[in-house]
Amino acid sequence: MGNRTPLYESHKAMGAKLVDFAGWDMPIHYGSQLEEHHAVRRDAGMFDVSHMTVVDLHGDKTRDFLRYLLANNIDKLQNPGKALYSCMLNEQGRVLDDLIVYFLTENNFRLVVNSATREKDLAWIIKQAAAFDVQVIEQPQLAMIAIQGPNAREKTLSLFNAEQRKVVEGLDLFFGAEVDDWFVARTGYTGEDGFEIMLPDVEAPAFWQALADAGVQPCGLGCRDTLRLEAGMNLYGADMDESVSPLVSGLGWTIGWKPEARDFIGRKALEAEREAGPEQKFVGLLLEGRGVLRGHQKVVVGDQTGETTSGGFSPTLQRSIALARVPASIGARCQVEIRGKLLDCKVVKPPFVRNGKAQIEL
Amino acid sequence: MSEVPGDLRYSTSHEWVRVNEDGTVTTGISDHAQEQLGDLVFVELPEIDHEMEAEEACAVVESVKAASDFYAPIAGTVVEVNEDLAGAPEAVNQDPYGAGWLMRIQPSSVDDVDRLMSPEEYREFIESE
Repeated sequence: MGNRTPLYESHKAMGAKLVDFAGWDMPIHYGSQLEEHHAVRRDAGMFDVSHMTVVDLHGDKTRDFLRYLLANNIDKLQNPGKALYSCMLNEQGRVLDDLIVYFLTENNFRLVVNSATREKDLAWIIKQAAAFDVQVIEQPQLAMIAIQGPNAREKTLSLFNAEQRKVVEGLDLFFGAEVDDWFVARTGYTGEDGFEIMLPDVEAPAFWQALADAGVQPCGLGCRDTLRLEAGMNLYGADMDESVSPLVSGLGWTIGWKPEARDFIGRKALEAEREAGPEQKFVGLLLEGRGVLRGHQKVVVGDQTGETTSGGFSPTLQRSIALARVPASIGARCQVEIRGKLLDCKVVKPPFVRNGKAQIEL
Repeated sequence: MSEVPGDLRYSTSHEWVRVNEDGTVTTGISDHAQEQLGDLVFVELPEIDHEMEAEEACAVVESVKAASDFYAPIAGTVVEVNEDLAGAPEAVNQDPYGAGWLMRIQPSSVDDVDRLMSPEEYREFIESE
């Protein structure tokens, strides 16, 4: 038996097929991964992401600490509630994890990190925090529900009272706000608008049920992966990990190079790599014919090779797509080897889909 | 509970076989197998006239999750493939024993069919898995 979220019984009651995910018993789908995918693109779907790790940082020097810990620049967060996506690097400039950090108050920031990397992340954060006298407090009692899709906000808002609505309705993109002991953020991982809500575990089953009653489709982690792939969002452990830098993982945009005086973990190694010019780059691929791209297939670019990092069938585009790390010299086309055959692919710039619409030419 | 029609034979790798009046057999994947695989998005079928051994990986079914081999339930020659699956692989999920058939085979030996599991045996087999 794996770890169970506060919604485990709800998933079973709603007919979920449960699988092991990084030591957690999580729903993969509730009948059809494809239908759940389309529900998120066309209406509203919800995900139990309570397995993710919520960590609060407290202390007067929390901002100084995050300036040092994160590759992105925490000083972009000046308004309370604002969120920032960042990589956490090791000294070699390789990716330890990707995370979201929320600015709550000047001495309290909240991190949301992956579940599979929980122990490694916590050990690293605690070790680095010591010099800044920052307290690292995990919040395992918080459940987390993501509601995503064009109608996600409206359906979720219908469940709030007038007071709560006032706070949540006006939230800008990539902002969060505390509503009593709930934390509601306008973030997500699907390329759609919506909310990610952290709430006390005991309140989660009733809220999940209320969302279902409001017409929000329960979704498993299966479609979460096809949605995030279409949205061109990286998955830790597939598209990047401790063996690669953000520069060759499509995450160069998340590095806060300025101001130059800010020393963050991994900066020196990254600067050296940037100066030398990375040998690889990160692209999107669209399979021109029939078939399905998957992760770890060989990409052939002339006499050089690269590798798909994650791939699959895009239910929205009805075509197969992938993210890939390839020779920096790649042009507009390449081939991918699937079961011994070389199949033609177009090189494209992710995202593939955003807000329900294709972002690439098919 | 998965559907296990009483007039078919089954392999341990979850293919079903129906003997046709002309002595050929039609084959596909069982309801149990399609349920395990999840939504199918692509099916790669063999060439007509392809001769195969029993248990040879002769087709590939790809679901949203993964690619899986389809094994020839008996030895024989492929005489027809279900070309409709190119445009509608979901037929395998919706109607695994009907519109979702994969290929028609001319068996090397009709006796091979008898070595496959009966519906009762297959039902027990998937329950014990």
